[in-house]
Amino acid sequence: MKKENVPQDMSSLGKITKEVCYATDSSGKYVTELSSGWDVKINALEAAWKDIEERRAKARQQVLNGEASPLLYFMEYRLMDTGILSDYTGFWKWQIKRHLKPAIFNRISDKILKKYAEAFNVKVEDLKTMTVHEA
Amino acid sequence: MKLDFEHHQSAHCESGVTSSLLRESSLNKITEPLAFGIGAGLFFVYVPIIKINNGPAIAFRTFPGLIFKRTCNALGVPVERKKFRSKERAESYLKERLEEGHPVGCQVGVYYLSYFPREYRFHFNAHNLIVYGKEDDHYLISDPVMETSTRLSSYELERVRFAKGALAPKGQVYYPKSNEIITDGQIKKAITSGIKRNVNQMLRIPGRFAGVRGIRYTGEKIKRWRDKLGLHKAGLYLAQLVRMQEEIGTGGGGFRYIYAAFLQEAYGYLNKEELLEISKLFTQSGDLWRTAAVQAAGIYKGRLGSQEDFNVMGDYLIAISVLEKEAFLALKRIKW
Repeated sequence: MKKENVPQDMSSLGKITKEVCYATDSSGKYVTELSSGWDVKINALEAAWKDIEERRAKARQQVLNGEASPLLYFMEYRLMDTGILSDYTGFWKWQIKRHLKPAIFNRISDKILKKYAEAFNVKVEDLKTMTVHEA
Repeated sequence: MKLDFEHHQSAHCESGVTSSLLRESSLNKITEPLAFGIGAGLFFVYVPIIKINNGPAIAFRTFPGLIFKRTCNALGVPVERKKFRSKERAESYLKERLEEGHPVGCQVGVYYLSYFPREYRFHFNAHNLIVYGKEDDHYLISDPVMETSTRLSSYELERVRFAKGALAPKGQVYYPKSNEIITDGQIKKAITSGIKRNVNQMLRIPGRFAGVRGIRYTGEKIKRWRDKLGLHKAGLYLAQLVRMQEEIGTGGGGFRYIYAAFLQEAYGYLNKEELLEISKLFTQSGDLWRTAAVQAAGIYKGRLGSQEDFNVMGDYLIAISVLEKEAFLALKRIKW
């Protein structure tokens, strides 16, 4: 890639920091050039987030329908699968799968809820009521 | 306390950290491309059975941690590296090193990294940064991908050092133990060993999923994604491929441009004309990766979507595989 072709499309990262790209100057020598973003990857990131938002909306509906506990919603919100959540909380995956059932979730102790709340970085109350305060 | 340390922005976090930590002992000579090349950073792998963020697991660089390790080994620099179970111990160890005057490399997760924009925070645990001081409750951070140095509160740093999930950092810290001056002779030797290692890694690694064969394999897979996954999901898979290839930290073109820059710098040390010619092949390869990314974007934006469009996409990767095979074979033929 030639230096003058390094794209400068404004991305959400570009507002905070530009990134270093390697490109060639007129003599063909490699130099570094700062880029504020590239449409192709901005769109890739948007596609990824759109998918995450859809999964989150679907999870919310499942919780409201009584098909899953609020854990599912927060897992989608925090992009966690049972493996990551298990690592953060110390619970086994099968325990988490049990807690995903609304009937069982409603019975679990405050101590366990607190662990989940910590992993998701939310308050226990918000965890129960499926409330998020966007930062 | 603040160590005498100059923040330096780079494209890729681990090569940038390596270059920065070796700056003093190499008298500024170990640039980011040299660290990347000596550490044999260039790679390709697609692991079909694993999913990351509900998408394919693809990497364009070698396993996290290896670049620092190999570069220091090749240059004969002794390395101290430590993981922790206890958060308290991890912090006190860090403080002790700072007091001794060592800037320290830290492996961290980016999900809770407060100065990153939210859109970039995924559960990715192989990010690297340097801690070079502490003022009140804040650590002074040199994150190579950021334009300027930054800070994290001790809680924030602890949280990212003990991020969980795949490749969990477990508080890992590392730094070069000696500040003995690295000679040009050492650099020359390290460059040739790095190139040889990268040749092996791309040409001789067994299996279909990695190296130049892995690129071809992925190209062939992509042609079947439309039927197998449906257009929507196939688009998301391609978006993930592009993110791994182009996102912050790659220097563009799936690290191929950094490698091309490395070969130019290698020529400066070794005076082999071939290196300049082969560098151009890697530039071509990087350009081709980016052309493929534009094609992929057409698909995930919904502008393209026919089977023919997927065939074109797959064929780009197959062409790249041929090109990189040629480039690495040419590197292999150089008589050192």
